[in-house]
Parts: sequence; structure tokens; C-alpha cells
Amino acid sequence: MARVVVDVMLKPEILDPQGQAVQRALPRLGFQGISDVRQGKRFELEVDGPVDEAALARIHEMAETFLANTVIEDFVVKVEESEDSEPAVGAK
Amino acid sequence: MTARIGVVTFPGTLDDRDTQRAVRVAGAEAVPLWHRDKDLKQVDAVVLPGGFSYGDYLRAGAISRFSPVMESVIDQAKAGMPVLGICNGFQVLTETHLLPGAMLRNNHLHFICRDQKLRVETNSTAWTADYEPGQEISIPLKNIDGRYVADERTLDMLEAEGRVAFRYLDMNPNGSLRDIAGITNAAGNVVGLMPHPEHAVEPLIGTGRTDGLGFFTSILKNLVGAR
Repeated sequence: MARVVVDVMLKPEILDPQGQAVQRALPRLGFQGISDVRQGKRFELEVDGPVDEAALARIHEMAETFLANTVIEDFVVKVEESEDSEPAVGAK
Repeated sequence: MTARIGVVTFPGTLDDRDTQRAVRVAGAEAVPLWHRDKDLKQVDAVVLPGGFSYGDYLRAGAISRFSPVMESVIDQAKAGMPVLGICNGFQVLTETHLLPGAMLRNNHLHFICRDQKLRVETNSTAWTADYEPGQEISIPLKNIDGRYVADERTLDMLEAEGRVAFRYLDMNPNGSLRDIAGITNAAGNVVGLMPHPEHAVEPLIGTGRTDGLGFFTSILKNLVGAR
């Protein structure tokens, strides 16, 4: 099974008070040097069958009509590396 | 015979019973409609009431928008049937794109519950004909996702076409752009607003006034007069 990730973020011009609240809490918690925080949503889709062009087109349609509200949000669709291959950037 | 006004119940809807009551207080017949049922039971108009349909999961109104009942509501609204969305119902209407823009978390991040003064900006909608343009009313407001946003071009279009139906007065409770509390579609049959007229139809409850009753008497006159 392959995994496709859809990241949804508020458009840059839309005020994000939740991200601002997180950003304002950081200095108090001892985390310095973060000038801005934007909060978004991440959807991890486990896809049955191959992630070919047709499957990606359907996922794009899903993101555009349902996962994101394109009046206020942008989205990015990414195919994730399969589990047995090493990720490009290690997070261990 | 009086008008039949449908009131939709989604899982998580809170204000369907108050809305049905407001419809009856105005003299119309309230018809309960179920989210899983495409059948609108031949109603003359539909109200989408307040609450937290589908737990506000994903975005407020985002999942309700794809419920079976909404397929029929969207079709009928496009054909001219009057539809009123209150609070969560307004959020559903923006998610369907029957009304432009979107609703976001209040700019102060708090749930608010207060009596809110509004100005009725237009009475040329199916739901506001009983008000005077510019009339000030006070009805309850209670939500956390009440901040109306749209791009500048859409906001300018709404203003130019007289489609800002209600504006917050005295204070902007949630950061809504241009103090917008509610809007209408171009035809005037689809109206959405965040404050709750159905909680202000009898002197005993709500604001102690009946400022919200006009929504329901407006639609009744509109429907009965059309026959």
C-alpha cells in the first residue's frame, strides 16, 4: 500500500489566530527565535493499488472539493516513499 | 393552508427545535427534515439551524455539506427555493458555495455567547422583507467559528450588489471582515447569518425582545403571497 499525504494550509493572506497563539506562547516556554507560526492540517491517505496518474488525479479532486476549502486554504499533494526505502531526510 | 418550512437536523444540530418553534410562532408549519433523507417532503422553504453538525470535523459545515439532504437543498436553492442558514447553517451554506466566502475561528479564539446588535442592511431578500432597511435589531450570538472572510474582490462585489444583509453594530465580536454578520445570494432566496433569530421570537426568552421573529414572518408572507 502506498501513502499519499495532503497538506492543507490557510492561505497566506488569511489571519491565523491559532498559529499566533502558539507563536506567542513560545518565548514563555523558552523557545526563542521563532518569528511566525502558521497552523495547518495533514491528511495521510493509505491508497489501495498503485498511485498512478489517475489515482493522483482523484486525490487532487478530493483535496480540492473536500479536504480543503479553496476559498481560504491551499493544499499540496505528496506521494510518500514506501516504508522499506530510506527516507531522504532522516528524522531519527 | 399555511406555508411548510423544513428544518434540517444533522447529527450535532442543536437549534432545530427552537427553529421549529419559531416557524410555528410565526404561523407557518414546521416540517422536520433528516440529514440522511433526500426527500424534502414538498416544503416551501428550508432552514439550516445552528449547532455543531458532524462535530465540526474537518471544518464547520464541511461534512454536512455532502449529506443526502443537502443534495436536494442545493438543487432546490438554485431553482429559487428560499433557504436560511443560521450559525452552523450559514457555515454549511458557505461550504456549498451557495454563498461566497468562508467562516473561520473567532479572532480572539473564544466561544462567545451574547446579545448582539445588528443592522439589517437590506429587506429585499425572502427572509428580511418585514424589516426596514437600516433597522437595528438585537438577537443572540453564540459561536466559536464566526469570523467571516472573503477576498477583497468578493467583499467589494457583495457591497456593490447590496448583498451584505446584516452588519455587527457597536462592536465586531469575532473579526469578521467589514463587520459582516450575514449575506444573501444574488437572487435573495438564500440568506446566511451567524446570530440566532430563532432564539428571539418570544419576550420570555433570549434578549427579551422579539427582534428575530421578522425572519419567519417575512418568509411566511413571501410564500403565502406568492400563491
